[in-house]
Amino acid sequence: MSWLVRAARAVWEFVVGDDPLTAVGVVVALGATAVIAGAGAPAWWVMPLAVVALLALSLRRAAR
Amino acid sequence: MSGPQLGLAISVFLACAVEAVEALTIVLAVGITRSWRWALTGVAVATLALAVIVAALGPALDAIPIDTLRVIVGALLLVFGLQWLRKAVLRAAGLKAQRDEAKAFAAETDAARTAAVATTDFDGYAFTIAFKGVLLEGLEVAFIVLTFGANQHDIGLAAIAAAVAIAVVVAAGIAVRAPLARVPENAMKFAVGVMLTSFGVFWGAEGAGANWPGGDAALLVIVPGVLLVGLGLVQWLKRAAGAPAVGEPA
Repeated sequence: MSWLVRAARAVWEFVVGDDPLTAVGVVVALGATAVIAGAGAPAWWVMPLAVVALLALSLRRAAR
Repeated sequence: MSGPQLGLAISVFLACAVEAVEALTIVLAVGITRSWRWALTGVAVATLALAVIVAALGPALDAIPIDTLRVIVGALLLVFGLQWLRKAVLRAAGLKAQRDEAKAFAAETDAARTAAVATTDFDGYAFTIAFKGVLLEGLEVAFIVLTFGANQHDIGLAAIAAAVAIAVVVAAGIAVRAPLARVPENAMKFAVGVMLTSFGVFWGAEGAGANWPGGDAALLVIVPGVLLVGLGLVQWLKRAAGAPAVGEPA
């Protein structure tokens, strides 16, 4: 394995850790915020809601 | 000092203090059982490496436009913060082992005693373990210093908060000459998770184009809100696992 792949894997492990679904959820929620804000509607509520849902789902998976 | 600056200083201080306590345990173990000289050399080299990382990446992050930076930093802080918070909630609910510095120290000491004895003046084991311990624990702190600092255009304040935390932990370590087992590490990790997640929510949404009602003052609602959600999830997990809730007899 080249050092580049090892470095990329280390960065992924460091930032994303063992729960990639949460990382995907964060990116989707930020995208939804951008789309709603771009349409001129209030979008501040998306991230708090997403964080509660993502944390609860992540904990449910971890607790199983 | 503004609200976000205070949040930056508190978050970096707490995160750095927690990581410094863990690094101190490792360094103490190899220093006491192997070689103080090479353990401290490992600490110095790792600290230098971390300083180079912060010095190299700091100006690069400062050059990114603020909205782009906020959405990137918000996303990174959220992903990172949710990891901290998830582990902290699991620990508080009794579903994950609590970090115990006394046990960690005993394990490190045992490993150091059974490792191969240095045949030359250079104790590679003491150097490597101290270097790795400080570098790995320090990388999380460097990440937090860089993301918080760059977003507030105040990497200096973040670096000062980190340096103060390290100085406090090292001074305490020298004073007690033992691992800092009494530091409420798990509560501090919970607090760091709450702060990282809260600032990630705030900056991420702002970077994506949302406007917070009340501007920066929204943080005064977001931080306690995330804390309450975290505490609520602890109770939920405890009930789901059949463990006694806080305030009930065990």
